[in-house]
Amino acid sequence: MNRLSTGGQIDRTTQLRFTFDGQPYHGHAGDTLASALLANGVRLMGRSFKYHRPRGVLSAGSEEPNALVQLRKGGRQEPNTRATVAELFNGLEAASQNAWPSLKLDALAINDRLSNFLTAGFYYKTFMWPAAFWEKLYEPIIRRAAGLGSISTDPDPDSYDKGFLHCDLLVIGAGPAGLAAALTAGRAGARVILADEDFRMGGRLNAETHGLGDQSCADWAAGAVAELASLPNVRLLGRTTVLGAFDHGIYAAVERVADHLAEPAPGKPRQILWRIYSKRAVLCAGAIDRPISFANNDRPGIMLAGAMRAYVNRWAVTPAQTVAIFTNNDDGHRTARDLLAQGVDVAAIVDTRVDAPACDGVQVLAGAQVVDSAGRLGLKSVTVRQASGQEHRLRIGALGVSGGWNPNVALSSHQRGRPEWNEAIAAFVPGGILPQGMRVAGAAAGRFSTQGALETGAGAAIQALSDLGKTVQAPDFPMAEDGATRITPFWHVGGTKARAWLDFQNDVTVKDVTLAHQEGFRAVEHLKRYTTLGMATDQGKTSNLGGLAVMAELTGQSIAQTGTTMFRPPYTPVAMGALAGRSVGRDFRPTRLTPSHIWAVEQGATFVEVGMWLRAQYFPRADESDWRQSVDREVRATRGSVGVCDVTTLGKIDVQGRDAAAFLNRIYCNGFAKLAVGRVRYGLMLREDGIAMDDGTAARMAEDHFVVTTTTANAVSVFRHMEFARQCLWPDMDVQLISTTEAWAQFAVAGPKSRALLQKIVDPEFDLSNDGFPFMACGEITVCGGCPARLFRISFSGELAYEIAVPTRYGDALMRRLMDAGREFDVTPYGTEALGVMRIEKGHAAGNELNGQTTALNLGMGRMVSDKKDSIGAVLSRREGLQDENGLRLVGFLPKNPQERVIAGAHLLDRGAAPRAANDLGYVTSACYSPTLDSYIAIGFLKSGETRLGDVVRAASPLTGQDTEVTVVSPHFVDPKGERLRA
Amino acid sequence: MIINHPLLGPCDAQEFTYLGDARLIDRPDGMADGAEDVFYDYAYLRDNPAGQHRELWFHEAGDRSWLVITRNTLTHEIISVELARDVARKQGRSL
Repeated sequence: MNRLSTGGQIDRTTQLRFTFDGQPYHGHAGDTLASALLANGVRLMGRSFKYHRPRGVLSAGSEEPNALVQLRKGGRQEPNTRATVAELFNGLEAASQNAWPSLKLDALAINDRLSNFLTAGFYYKTFMWPAAFWEKLYEPIIRRAAGLGSISTDPDPDSYDKGFLHCDLLVIGAGPAGLAAALTAGRAGARVILADEDFRMGGRLNAETHGLGDQSCADWAAGAVAELASLPNVRLLGRTTVLGAFDHGIYAAVERVADHLAEPAPGKPRQILWRIYSKRAVLCAGAIDRPISFANNDRPGIMLAGAMRAYVNRWAVTPAQTVAIFTNNDDGHRTARDLLAQGVDVAAIVDTRVDAPACDGVQVLAGAQVVDSAGRLGLKSVTVRQASGQEHRLRIGALGVSGGWNPNVALSSHQRGRPEWNEAIAAFVPGGILPQGMRVAGAAAGRFSTQGALETGAGAAIQALSDLGKTVQAPDFPMAEDGATRITPFWHVGGTKARAWLDFQNDVTVKDVTLAHQEGFRAVEHLKRYTTLGMATDQGKTSNLGGLAVMAELTGQSIAQTGTTMFRPPYTPVAMGALAGRSVGRDFRPTRLTPSHIWAVEQGATFVEVGMWLRAQYFPRADESDWRQSVDREVRATRGSVGVCDVTTLGKIDVQGRDAAAFLNRIYCNGFAKLAVGRVRYGLMLREDGIAMDDGTAARMAEDHFVVTTTTANAVSVFRHMEFARQCLWPDMDVQLISTTEAWAQFAVAGPKSRALLQKIVDPEFDLSNDGFPFMACGEITVCGGCPARLFRISFSGELAYEIAVPTRYGDALMRRLMDAGREFDVTPYGTEALGVMRIEKGHAAGNELNGQTTALNLGMGRMVSDKKDSIGAVLSRREGLQDENGLRLVGFLPKNPQERVIAGAHLLDRGAAPRAANDLGYVTSACYSPTLDSYIAIGFLKSGETRLGDVVRAASPLTGQDTEVTVVSPHFVDPKGERLRA
Repeated sequence: MIINHPLLGPCDAQEFTYLGDARLIDRPDGMADGAEDVFYDYAYLRDNPAGQHRELWFHEAGDRSWLVITRNTLTHEIISVELARDVARKQGRSL
């Protein structure tokens, strides 16, 4: 077919089978999917995004806009992969996308006929009216029609890794400049990373035929790569795309470890996302050739001349038996010569320059232009207008177009770089402030000759190492071609009413840019967003400059004045899997386990995630079919006898030092200076703006030692806040903090029999009587014959209760001892649900009430804020706005019908008031069924709540349709006088 | 970003938690007359410079030190890194 009989860097002895749209084909090792399809005579590879125009490959690299395909099946199905970078492997299944029922007969090609209605901005114009149609009708239709590939809903069977690398010099791109830079630095002993997106390093050296010294340039490249591979201080990252340049020399790169295999080798990831820390970097990303726009320039078979040369030289493939070249510079002639050398019939070189040079063995049409093309599913002919104005047809199967080369400046402008126009090569080169530590060399810097690339690559490495204090000599590289760039800019063929494409993937034509200009979208960033030029998955790598040139022409400005849009990471699309790495499934958010977790699993507990923790939610019994049955039983058993709950997850902060009491006195809004040793106090922390931040207890274990508890959710932020106060506000206070949340296993033992139970566990020398260890006492004790422990007589449930802490490693054993010892009292383990029910019954505030909007006054604790001392948040808590007498107050609610559920989040309204914001009286924060009261109960914030006890209001939730009459009561439903906890 | 910690050397910014303007160190005296107005400024008013900015970072996944970092918000250049405790003392804070 189109495989040339000689040449190419392919292994002709290896036959690889693959399919495209179900059709079987053969290729060779070293092929890409694109080169193998071209070799098999397949030019049609995709349909365009908007008009569903038939498309073939435009390029031979990652800049490809047209040949997007779907690879593989099942969980490994992968959409929108560019056929030009998909490395062929045996058994590869590829399919076209955005076409139905088939690539050759695509129903939505009707869009092409409707192109007059689908011009730039047609979304905004066509679908404006009626507004309600957008969401339900227009958008779904557009989304279906303007599709790319589809993803699999099966889980991805492969793993993805993240890794970290460090180097003296990161070299991005392994063409002549990159190889020269890496050799220079590598031979000098520097730590070098050389990354290249291709599976074969060498860049354009693999696609050209000129010599380097007495070797072919491809052989020289292979020798250079082999030498680099032998150096222990050099790491070669092939198949690795550097995606972005970030602050301070940090780069992101994705290595496709196993994209070229049917499946990854055992134990290997599919891809690795690298974070590379470099002291210096050299960008050697080469250049991308650019098209010339003319009528119907998007047919399969029309491609970039540089790409055509790459197919011929690297892959020994010609896209057709007869081809022509359309160029405005000498590089197009080079393609013609290489095609001729491989025996391909070149019909003509159509050169826009009137002074075009001659070319041996082929007719050069100087001052001529390609003005149109024909061929429905692939190029059949082009129409050429000669300098004389005469037009004639050329019957060809492929056209190589060369509009010049654009230095690949993308990474140079990921930070503050702004590309600058270079008149000599008619292209943007890196400019402005480059990312810290970056230099640019070779074609990326506008030095297009091989000699120039070698020199600037070595030079950049020498300068980089000099920055790092190392003096290095330039290696003695062989002589290479050093041709000058000869180009007369020519962007698009005018004088046509037909569409001439600029952006192939997003179907943006010269007409669209003209329309944008007419409608005033002239700034480059406006042009981009209005026409979607450069916004496709290829980010306009081949199209941006053409669009800018047309706009410049329309506005009468130079391209330099018109400017260019920004480049942002990632350089090429990245799989979500690579960004996620190992953080998927259960590992997306790892959970922490409590000390009694294994024991709770043995009991058949149901678990719930609380912050990072997995906590027992309730402990269902065999005869219980509903969670409420379990929770009600746990509450009744605790209030009736004794219950045990693992409360290890509460934050614990050890505060020590001579000034510990004075420090806590400033952290909490209530007083702590005079707290006696051996006593615990409830404390409320405010933010500096006067809003409640967190609450908990502080136990004074010694004169200079406190143990502070925080809520589970705020353990981290409270610790951070206290460290801020210690280091930044009062740096000379003698106080030290350490988080001991994981160090102690802590259990709440609650209920009238809790003392009796603990007396069986706590060593007998410790007096637990009400006089010996009263409510709010604390102390260091021993349990079970000498195990160190801490005991706190505090109660969240409202019962006679204790919290007992032992070093974490004894937590499991202590839980089992408590259960054994408590058998005579029918001791019951309880989970977070029962814990929550009992605290609501008792009217204790928790996270729902400390919601970042409430003050001490709202919480009914206004008098706790001491005005005798300076504490964080005290001053602003006294602001007028927060002292409103008619403000929200925490109260309780009982539904008139005890069995009618009240919902947390419901808003409070007077009877008869319409459910409008103006009538809002507050909201319900926590609600549950109280087995103690045999009624649903709730607490929440009500305007002037304390004056409305006994009133009936409504708890309405327009979201759920609920509207319940409730009586306002004290939030303390159980034991309001606190007699039980002092018993 | 890489933060050159004065005690630990270069560390990735991922190890840190950002708080904001370093003037939060200058907490006024809550017992002084007219404290409310001064605290209003302290709690709410911040400069938002395009250029050099002194800001507080917490080495949460590290040694738990608070740092004052002088950073150029335009270029992300880090001009200096100091222990916040030293800065606070230099600014006259003590007990």
